Amino acid sequence: MLLALLALHAIAGLAALSGARRLGRWALVLGGLAPAVTITWAASRAGAVLDGDVITEQVSWVPGLDLSLDLRLDAFSLLMIVLVSGIGTLVFAYAWSYFGRAEKVGRVAGLLTLFAGAMLGVVLADNLLLLYVCWELTSVTSYLLIGIDDDEPEARAAALHALLVTSLGGLAMLGGFVLLGQAGGTYRISALVADPPSGTLVGVALVLVLVGAFTKSAQYPFHSWLPGAMVAPTPISAYLHSAAMVKAGVYLVALLAPAFATTGVWRPLVVGVGLTTMIAGGLRALRPFDLKQLLAFGTISQLGFLMVLLGIGLPEATAAGCTLLLAHGLFKAPLFMVVGIVDHEAHTRDLRTLPRLGTGWTTVRVAAFLSAASMAAIPPLAGFLAKEKAYDAFVGGSDGERLVLAGIVAGSVLTVAYSLRLAAAFWRPDAVAPADGPRPVLDHGPSPTFVAPALLLAGLSLLLGLFPALWSSLVDQAAAALDPEAGASLKLWHGINTALVLSGLTLALGTGLFAARGAVARAQARLAPTVTGADVYDAVVRRVLHLAALVTSVVQSGSLPIYAAVILGTAAVVPAVGLLSGAWWPGWPTLVTRAADLPIAALLVIAALAAAMAARRFVAALFLGVAGYAMTLFFVVQGAPDLALTQFAVETLSVVVFLLVLRRLPDRFERHRAPAVGVVPRLAVSAAVGVFVVAMAIAASGARTEPPVSREMTERALPEGDGKNVVNVILVDFRGLDTLGEVTVLVAAGIGVAALARAGQRPDRRPDRRSEVT
Amino acid sequence: MRPRRSLILDTTLRLVFDAALVLSVYLLFAGHNQPGGGFVGGLVAGGALGLRYLAGGLDEVRATLPGRPWHYLSAGLLVAVGMALRSLVGGGAPLDQTAYTGDLLVIGTAKLTTATIFDVGVYLIVVGLVLLIFEGLGEHPSESPVPEEHGS
Repeated sequence: MLLALLALHAIAGLAALSGARRLGRWALVLGGLAPAVTITWAASRAGAVLDGDVITEQVSWVPGLDLSLDLRLDAFSLLMIVLVSGIGTLVFAYAWSYFGRAEKVGRVAGLLTLFAGAMLGVVLADNLLLLYVCWELTSVTSYLLIGIDDDEPEARAAALHALLVTSLGGLAMLGGFVLLGQAGGTYRISALVADPPSGTLVGVALVLVLVGAFTKSAQYPFHSWLPGAMVAPTPISAYLHSAAMVKAGVYLVALLAPAFATTGVWRPLVVGVGLTTMIAGGLRALRPFDLKQLLAFGTISQLGFLMVLLGIGLPEATAAGCTLLLAHGLFKAPLFMVVGIVDHEAHTRDLRTLPRLGTGWTTVRVAAFLSAASMAAIPPLAGFLAKEKAYDAFVGGSDGERLVLAGIVAGSVLTVAYSLRLAAAFWRPDAVAPADGPRPVLDHGPSPTFVAPALLLAGLSLLLGLFPALWSSLVDQAAAALDPEAGASLKLWHGINTALVLSGLTLALGTGLFAARGAVARAQARLAPTVTGADVYDAVVRRVLHLAALVTSVVQSGSLPIYAAVILGTAAVVPAVGLLSGAWWPGWPTLVTRAADLPIAALLVIAALAAAMAARRFVAALFLGVAGYAMTLFFVVQGAPDLALTQFAVETLSVVVFLLVLRRLPDRFERHRAPAVGVVPRLAVSAAVGVFVVAMAIAASGARTEPPVSREMTERALPEGDGKNVVNVILVDFRGLDTLGEVTVLVAAGIGVAALARAGQRPDRRPDRRSEVT
Repeated sequence: MRPRRSLILDTTLRLVFDAALVLSVYLLFAGHNQPGGGFVGGLVAGGALGLRYLAGGLDEVRATLPGRPWHYLSAGLLVAVGMALRSLVGGGAPLDQTAYTGDLLVIGTAKLTTATIFDVGVYLIVVGLVLLIFEGLGEHPSESPVPEEHGS
């Protein structure tokens, strides 16, 4: 069934893509069917899975690489499916109103469905290599979705930025996976986690894997692609860049942390990066006027928080991380949705130009308020439960854990401040940003269907906050699936304890920070680094392109003599080194076996010399043909009629082709006054190649240690190949697959030749034009 | 203006061309038991077409054979890949061959192996490649070749 669900996504996505034009917005219904079916099916199995059942499926794919379709649904995967498919379905519903009859809606629907399938694959995969494949599929679909407005350079650049960063991280991660799989002897994640390998190599592997997770989850210093990705239409941001894709890195870290947190530098690295991200992202979220940018940096900050909780590998923190994972999806997706609604109706999402929202906007405001309150962890919302749990996990721990606690409290204070800043946009935008002019009033609100998905999610934040029992077992079992010692046991009221005091402190400090926003903004303007992550990315890309241009200018000089000298010189020198490093000289072979050899050899030598010395190209080509015919004679004398026949035909055609080419070239070889490669080096290269080829032929003729295969082939040709011509039987039967590959290459080469020949004919210089003129 | 045609070449061509094509087909089918095969057969057919080209240029090559080069290339590749898939479907290794013996009434019995059909694909590809080269590098006889840059 798991495999069928993945296939359903692929089929629905491809169908929506292929019928994009005809289906229009109905493609969203077709595509949305896949996540809807998935979440329904998952709900029907939820009872069993939460009782500890694990649903697994296995289909062998590439046995030689230990790559099989290992799928595994446990409680933690179930939690992720709620995010991926549950919120995914609502995003499809939201997109229905957002895109309306926009032209690109069909393509968005198809790509979103494919993305949802890839993401489902990530959370179901129980094989590192399969996980990698799905991981990269999410990168590619994300690239296409960010760049959906492909006529805008900004969107294309942002899409490329995201793809470069995440796929480079993905490559590092693949390296880590391979090391990990080799060290553990298996690529099955459940087996690796149950019996974790150790050692220096594993430490290195884990750092590589973490690089992949950090890039995907937009951790510092790889975060800069996420704010750029906000050029995508809001449904895409709401889904990929808050609920689903950016959680992939956190998901992977959560999966590995209980087993590997104490290996190598894992814990300090994950906690350090996570805390940096949480605080730096929070600070950055206080600055932008663009609401989506604010949300993007808020998401980065929250991802850092999740990274700390799920990466530290402590049971309590893991349980808190699972809670926050769900709570974050529930409040961040609707926040994106309401910002998208404002953007859609008011055609701006800039705090400075935002209109005042009128009476028709009550539902939007309710959704925004509940979600922002959940983000700020105000009781009794779901976010509050998660943050309480997180604080509680670190209270009373070691000194190091108390340091982490201080870090996440600081980050949460910032979260409160930017949540207030966001909420202000829906009530008093003047409070956070001076208007450029008088703000218009927008009375007419969005249609109820537009608001419904956001309102539903926001309502869930409230409902789950008020009744923790509703989701306690899901979070509890998800945490237990990661770490058997972890249990969540969610409660709204724990009594008065340290965590509650800290929560109160966080709210007070955050509100204070928001109240003092003028001073904070001035301080930030003075202290904030002037170089942003995007600048660093730009600089790196510029340098790489510059380096590439430099290398190209050196390697691709454009001079045929230099190319020829390099290729022939390498061909002579490199194998010769290998040849000379062993005892290779087998003694002179019998040089002349038949009397006829001598005149043929003389003909060959004369033709070759004449071809090299001819002053006219045409003459040189003819002498090359003569040399080829002399080889044909050799084959005839040696009793190889097949070879002789082929050589003869090839030579004949070669001469004809030479004639065709030579018509386009000057009649005589040019004599350069200052050739790129002088006479002496040319002679040296030629001599080296000649000597090497002769030496190689002699060495090869004496190097045989095994009986030749030709005897076996000869014996098997008639009974197995039904043919008496051994050469032909080898070509079309024994080695038929080789021949198939060769003829395919032949076709490709032919197309290349035709394309090259056409490229030489510029339209203005086409002969037929000229003949018309004259 | 049509270029002058060589009487000797035209006459030779009339004598040789059809014989060469028959020879090429013979080589193709004889290849399984005697010297020959799809590759050589294709090359001989290509050589015959080369003669046509020398005598009458690209127009004459085009008039000789129906279809364009890429038709031959794609047909050949399809046949070759089809033969590879055929044995895969049967559960064997790719290009594992089967022999069929049939009674051709007057001519006698003949044996056709799937390997020969594969060779037909190779033959078509080689012919298509030669045509493609003529098409790409050659020029119409009605056009002047390279302008006389070095002619004095």
